[in-house]
Amino acid sequence: METLISKFKKVAPKAALLMAVAAGAALQGCNKTGGDDSDKAVDSDAASAVYVAPGEHDELYSFLSGGFNGQMSVYGIPSGRLLKIIPVFSQFPENGYGYNEETKPMLQTSHGFVPWDDLHHPKLSRTDGMADGRWLFVNGNNTPRVARIDLKTFETVEIMEIPNSAGNHCSPYPTNNNEYVIAGTRFSVPLDMKGGTADVSMEEYKDKFRGSISFIKVDKEDGDMELDFQVLVPGFDYDLANGGKGPSNDWVFFTTYNTEKSATLKELGASQNDRDYLAAINWKLAAKYAAEGKAHEMPANYYHNKLDHGSFQAKSEVKKTVRYLLPEECPGMMYLLPAPKSPHGIDVDPTGEYMVVNGKLASSLPVFSFSKMEEAIKNKDFDGEVNGIPVFKYESVLYGEVKEPGLGPLHTEFDGKGNAYSTMFVSSEVVKWNVKDLKVTDRIPVYYSPGHLMIPGGDTEKPYGKYLVVMNKITKDRFLPTGPELMHSAQLIDISGEKMKMLLDFPTVAEPHYAQAIKADLVAPNSVKFHKLDENTHPEAVKNEKDVSVTRKGKTVTVKMTAIRSHLTPDNIEGIQVGDTVLFHVTNLEQDWDVPHGFAVMGANNAETLIMPGATQTLRWVPKQEGVFPFYCTDFCSALHQEMQGYVRVSPKGSNVPIKFRMGEKRPVPPATASVN
Amino acid sequence: MKALSRVLMIIAALSLGLLFLFPMWKIYLEAPQYPEGLEMHIWVNQISGSSESVLQNFNILNHYIGMRPIHAESFAELKIMPYVVIFFMITGVIVGLVGTRKLVLAWVALLMVGGAVGILDFYLWLVRFGTNLDPTAPIKIPGMTYIPPLLGHKELLNFDALSLPSTGSLGILLAIVFAGIAFYVSRKKEVKEKITA
Repeated sequence: METLISKFKKVAPKAALLMAVAAGAALQGCNKTGGDDSDKAVDSDAASAVYVAPGEHDELYSFLSGGFNGQMSVYGIPSGRLLKIIPVFSQFPENGYGYNEETKPMLQTSHGFVPWDDLHHPKLSRTDGMADGRWLFVNGNNTPRVARIDLKTFETVEIMEIPNSAGNHCSPYPTNNNEYVIAGTRFSVPLDMKGGTADVSMEEYKDKFRGSISFIKVDKEDGDMELDFQVLVPGFDYDLANGGKGPSNDWVFFTTYNTEKSATLKELGASQNDRDYLAAINWKLAAKYAAEGKAHEMPANYYHNKLDHGSFQAKSEVKKTVRYLLPEECPGMMYLLPAPKSPHGIDVDPTGEYMVVNGKLASSLPVFSFSKMEEAIKNKDFDGEVNGIPVFKYESVLYGEVKEPGLGPLHTEFDGKGNAYSTMFVSSEVVKWNVKDLKVTDRIPVYYSPGHLMIPGGDTEKPYGKYLVVMNKITKDRFLPTGPELMHSAQLIDISGEKMKMLLDFPTVAEPHYAQAIKADLVAPNSVKFHKLDENTHPEAVKNEKDVSVTRKGKTVTVKMTAIRSHLTPDNIEGIQVGDTVLFHVTNLEQDWDVPHGFAVMGANNAETLIMPGATQTLRWVPKQEGVFPFYCTDFCSALHQEMQGYVRVSPKGSNVPIKFRMGEKRPVPPATASVN
Repeated sequence: MKALSRVLMIIAALSLGLLFLFPMWKIYLEAPQYPEGLEMHIWVNQISGSSESVLQNFNILNHYIGMRPIHAESFAELKIMPYVVIFFMITGVIVGLVGTRKLVLAWVALLMVGGAVGILDFYLWLVRFGTNLDPTAPIKIPGMTYIPPLLGHKELLNFDALSLPSTGSLGILLAIVFAGIAFYVSRKKEVKEKITA
């Protein structure tokens, strides 16, 4: 017996260890099974739902912002195929945007050349409340700017700096017929009222700092932007906005935080009030006040850069004044709705009656009623005011709250069938709820920590409630690992039925914040295939190889060059000297779809430039040493692309080598030349 | 000739007007890199295509094999042919008005000869372009010539060339058919007239 006990005593620790190991293995097994379980969330017919056969086209274009890359990414939906990257606020060596002479002015600001920005929110231009596929407006957050992309060419054609702003996050929100594109400031700053920020102590935040909301007019025909006026608002942080529709058509709503007006450690300082505000501005009334002489004027200094589509050249104009309205002088223009602590997204449902405020730190999701707001205005049902702006009583404008929707609600979109879908950053899920009864009806885990979500047209009067794209902030294990930095992940979810169905994971470039999508047939038929050479108005364009030239004027040498399959004309150049500024104006003579030519010179402290058929682009090169420098076409254009190259001879300063150029030996019949009808 | 024949003859003459409204001949090129295809349209007075810059695109392709660039200016025919067509239209109308059977026959015969000469000329151009290649061309395939087909399909390297008469040529066909009917119908009448006489 004793021996048995002693035996047991001896064996027990070993057995325990063995069991622990077994349990560990079992637990790890569980873990693995857990992973498998999550995969089962993918529907069995998901593959066919996203399969776009080779040669077929996607149903929708989607435009995902690139966040800190300053670009836009264009994806096909439902395939998740990347179709294009559009450089907006960032230099793009791939095609020379921001490097060549034509596009450099696009990135000019009152701070000088700013080659980068943080691009957050794309918004499609609208006609009668619906995306019309003409333009895409996007914001630059860091150095406040709003840009317009032309969807005929998928190019950035206009960038306007926003004065009296900092952290242009609450931007750009078009009204239902692009009457205005509206941009609000996230970082209030002390305005010197002379076009800059004042040199004041941060201690004076409460008294000196102000926000601004800019109202940018959009030309109905060509989309050109013009800053009509600004509304100077209390020094809160204006986070996000969205326009009303239907009954609330004349209104725009803005979430605010830091109503505490804290200047330091905002993560605490801005999180003290239980309620911040949803600001409501009647843009029609504001425009009326501005037109009727309520607007003041102050000196300003901001850049407006526009790309001319005939010459492909961007030109900058510096604006010197800006008009502004003060809410306290404009009764009925602006109101504040108390909203749960530090709200993030504000989204208006397709009927225009319900305003959903995504209180990222709140436990419930409040839904405000526009008709109750109108009623409260009529009855003057106010609870004090801030800087002369009336504040409503929470209960008098609240429609109801979605109870326990999830943790960390950030954004909401709508499917047009009475349902809302909200991202929960903390609980990493998308939650579907009914707008009328505010009951949660479905939830689906997403991977991981979603920020924005997008339903095509989900911010308009008639959403296309078939797909939902959710853009996640954390990727971790979703794709093959690629070192410390990973692409962000987006997921495509089928929302056509009662239950959401996970369809697809796809990696996205940099950090998408918001996105827009539109049926392909509203955009694809208008897509430009090439520029007509005879409509090219670039002053240095050469439309015939016979007219190429190399001319010196002081220390500047102008090369007017042509590119056509498969030669550059001229391809032998002499007479350049060290320290000259050489401007290669290259005209692509091609008149066919998808035949760009690239141009690059050895040693140029510059990118290449990619020239679309029929266009002219200019590469600037300052040779620093003598010798012979090859240049060549960088875009594989034809069977003889490798032969599309030439040489520049650089002689010492003051050399007597004359300017000389040629292309080919004299021949009875020249090779193909452009013949424009 | 009775009114019917005269009218038919005038219709025959006027149907040649189609040559000014539509191309006579179309050459279609298809290749993997040209999913939308390339079309060259040959008119009595111009060369056009499926897009404004089609000649340039043809010439870019052709220069690899050393084919001479095609320019509308290099064809004297495009300047002469419109006058030939107008000549046939005017004389056709006159023949209709005069109403002499023999003239109808002569007109049709001359038109057919004219058409045949046109086709022959076209063929000679195709041969000239297809065989008279620049000896310094980047792409040379021993023994290979690039004569596009006059009618029907032909493989030319990566291209499948298809050549077909187009709506404009229908004008010539209609002119021949109508004038032929005018001739035939008036014959019967004359026979009848002879019998009754």
